Formats: sequence, structure tokens, C-alpha cells
Amino acid sequence: MQCSECGKRTATLHFTQNINGQKSEVHVCDICAQKKGYIQQKEEPYSIQELLSGLFHFDPASFDLQSKEWLNQSQQLECPSCHMTFQEFQNEGKFGCAGCYDTFHDRIDQIFRKVHSGNTQHNGKIPKRIGHQLHKQQEILEYRRKLEQLVKQEEFEEAAVIRDTIKQLEQKEMEDDA
Amino acid sequence: MSLDDFIDNAISPWMHESGPENDIVLSTRIRLARNFADEIFPLFADEESLRDIVDFFSSHYLNQSFRNYKNFQLIEMNDLQTVEKRTLVEKHLVSPNLVKYPMAAVLLSENEQMSVMINEEDHIRMQLYFPGFQLTKALDEAFLFDDWLEKNINYAFDEEKGYLTSCPTNVGTGMRASVMIHLPGLVVTKRLNRLVPAINQLGFVVRGMYGEGSEAQGNIFQISNQVTLGQSEEDIVDDLNTVISKLVEQERDARQQLMNRSQIHVEDRIFRSFGILRNARIIESKEAAKRISDVRLGIDLGVITDLSSSILNDLMVLMQPGFLQRYAEKSLSASERDVLRASLIRERISLEEE
Repeated sequence: MQCSECGKRTATLHFTQNINGQKSEVHVCDICAQKKGYIQQKEEPYSIQELLSGLFHFDPASFDLQSKEWLNQSQQLECPSCHMTFQEFQNEGKFGCAGCYDTFHDRIDQIFRKVHSGNTQHNGKIPKRIGHQLHKQQEILEYRRKLEQLVKQEEFEEAAVIRDTIKQLEQKEMEDDA
Repeated sequence: MSLDDFIDNAISPWMHESGPENDIVLSTRIRLARNFADEIFPLFADEESLRDIVDFFSSHYLNQSFRNYKNFQLIEMNDLQTVEKRTLVEKHLVSPNLVKYPMAAVLLSENEQMSVMINEEDHIRMQLYFPGFQLTKALDEAFLFDDWLEKNINYAFDEEKGYLTSCPTNVGTGMRASVMIHLPGLVVTKRLNRLVPAINQLGFVVRGMYGEGSEAQGNIFQISNQVTLGQSEEDIVDDLNTVISKLVEQERDARQQLMNRSQIHVEDRIFRSFGILRNARIIESKEAAKRISDVRLGIDLGVITDLSSSILNDLMVLMQPGFLQRYAEKSLSASERDVLRASLIRERISLEEE
């Protein structure tokens, strides 16, 4: 059967239309069906961003008055380094710079939870540079605890040794930073 | 240019090597997203600062080598013709998005195994490829390369949130581990439909060959992790290892079952497809992909013996629109491409039968 619209292509969509009680049969091809709006036009698949940008918006209806105020405040937050506002972030679904993570810190964990199966805390690789520093700070912290304990136990001789070690480590760190 | 030479140029050198489980797993990729700590992310940065980032890479990494990744070259997207950009995408060396961004570039190792996309959505997206199923090895190498890059760069990193990225979906590890896998057995037996929800539940995504939004061509799928925050890179890779091992096992089983139950039908389908590829004068990419998948299955099952298995990898890249137009050295209409595709496939097959 040929398409009743263009009369050229084979009809692939067949149905009965009922407009104000007037029944009529429709036989159209794929292309004409799209043109006439009988079937949805083929659309580009949703990108992950489009899908997510919706996720980032909070539903104000579910908030009490206090939270609504918080929400209003959130919308006006602006990152000092790239000037992205929280509202822009919600619309774009992208951060503008590393600073945004600090600026929006209190508001973004619920987004991460949605996207990352409930996780909000990094648990993987650490850059060599920062990792080195973290390691040293941890070492100093450990010595400090030891020192406290030794002082409590009144073992002053040993405490003095530890105190010197801490001093050395701290000095070295300051030199490294410089 | 002869077809032989053209294929040599078209197929990345690392693709010629074989890898573990190569009859089912085509390739493994690790991608790490990184940003400069003190620069605005590329989507929101002005051209000048994007230019600075490209220049930074040019001055620090041009002609440098690290381990197997030798003599890095920098290719700026602005310097390329449309067809050239397209072929980079078809070879998976850059993402479809990269070619759309201003001031974007790629740093490529000679063997094309390591490609560092510059000024995509993030300042840096390094991707490392291995033939076959080699996730652990790929992760080890990617980490070493990341450390090497980091010597000159202060990465955007937060103790709590990890590597900071433009999109919240990449924050944390910034890692996307993915595997390209050929699953004709699971598709024919319709078992894949039942496996996909289970794979999704474990936090992995199944997509077509060219990633996000692309359709699966020729029964080739890309499987990658979705979650980047909260799990270590090693844990993600371990989980993906388990998922892929299971899929490989299931695919082998499906192929075996097909052969046991309906060997003559399987052989018929394979040889029909082989006949079409050898004789067709016009072929669309969708049909070509399907037929090539059948022939590759035939090679893996030992039904077709006089063809090498690299034919699938070669042809899947060569028959893409960008490569066809580069081979023709002019732009082609869709119907012209279908004719050239058919002739290129015939030639590629006869190359081996000589």
C-alpha cells in the first residue's frame, strides 16, 4: 500500500483516526508520519550532561521554609576565581575551575552521591607532589602524639629527643616549601 | 597510495600486536582526566589561557619520550582539515568532542598507544591503549605516565574529592577504564540482553564502539566504569576484570553451543557474509559491520582459515567515512562511499588471498 500523503513511498504506519467522531483510516510512510507529527521525530540521544543537569537541580517543593532560604543563598553563591554562580553550575552541569569545589562545597555532596553510588570521598591515587607533603605532615603528627605521651609519663629525656626530631622535620618542611 | 601502505598508515602500530583473549577482547583503554590547579577549566576559559596550555605542552613534551611512548608529537585541531580530524576520531585517538573545541590539541606517541588530549572538557585527558585484555598492565603504565607528566604540572587535587574535573561525573580518580569486546555469540543467542542489567548493577556501562550515544556496530561493545569517586583505581579495574572475564567465558560458551546445536546454520551464515564481502559492489556501513563480524567469528571458530583475524580491526576503521574519503582523496557522497567501501573491502580480502 502506498502512502496517502506523498503517494510515492510504501506506507508503514496504519491507524484509524477519530477526530470529533469522524473516523478515517490513515496509511502513511515513515517520513510523512514524522512530518505530520504522527510519530516522534528521531532525536539525538540524550548526552550524559543533559541527563545530569536535571539531576543537579533541587526540588524546592520538598523543602521547608528554612531550606528554601538556604536554597536562595545557594543560588547566589559565586566562585571567586572563575565567577561561576551555583545556579550556572546547576544549568551547565560543569564546574568552572578547581575553586568551585571549595565555593560550593556544602552543596555538592548530594550530587556526588547521586552520580557515584553514594560516595563522596576520594579513595584512590594521590599526586606524588601532594602525597609527599601529606606523608611528612602525618609523620610530624605521629611524633607530636608520642611527645605528649612521654611528657605525661614524665620521661623528659626521651621527650627532648623527640622534640628535636620534630623541630628538624618542621624546619626541613619549611625549607622545602621555600 | 597502495592499499597496503594506506592500511599501514590507517591502523595504529600498537593494533598490529596481539594481546590476551584477542579472539574476543579487541582492546583495553585507560583514560585519566587531570586539570591544572590554577587555571580555569577549558569550557569556560578564554582563548589566551587555552593557548598558554597548548604552548606549555609544546615546550615541555614535544619530541620527548617516556618508556615505550616515544617522540611525542603535538597536533593542533585548528591546523587540520575536516577529513583529518574525522580520521583521528575514527582511530579513537581523540574524542568526537575534542575536534569541536577551540584551541584543542593532542599529544601523540609515535606508536599511537598514548594520546594526551589537551583542552577537551578537562585540560588533560590521557588515554593509553593496549591490544587484547590487559587492564592491570594498562593501569600500571598509565600511573607511571601520569607521574611523569606531573613532574611539570601542579594538578588540581583535593584530599577529600580527589582529582578535580570539570564534570562531577569524573571527579575522584578521573579514570575511565574500558574494554572493546566482540560478542557475536551473546548477541545471536540473545544472552547479552540478560547480562547487561547485571553489568549495570556493578557500576559498569555498555555502549557502542564510538562511546557515548553511539550504536553498537558489528557486535562490538565498549564496557567501562561509571563511578569515579569512592573506589580506588585498582578496585575498579579488579571489578571490570571480573566482569570481562565472565563475559569472555559466556561468549566462548555461546559460540560452542551454537556450533554444537546448529553448526551448519552458523557456517552458512558465515560463508554467506564472506561471499557478500568478497563480491558486493555497494555496501552500507551497517551491513558491512555485520558481515565483517560474521567473518571474524568464522575465523575465530576455524571455519574460515585463509584470513588473518586482524581483518575485523582493520576493516572496522577503514570503512568509516573519514578514512574512505582520505583514501579517495576527495569528499564523497553517502552513495559514493558505499561503492568505495565495497571495493576497499574486496581489495583488503584479496590482499590476503594472494
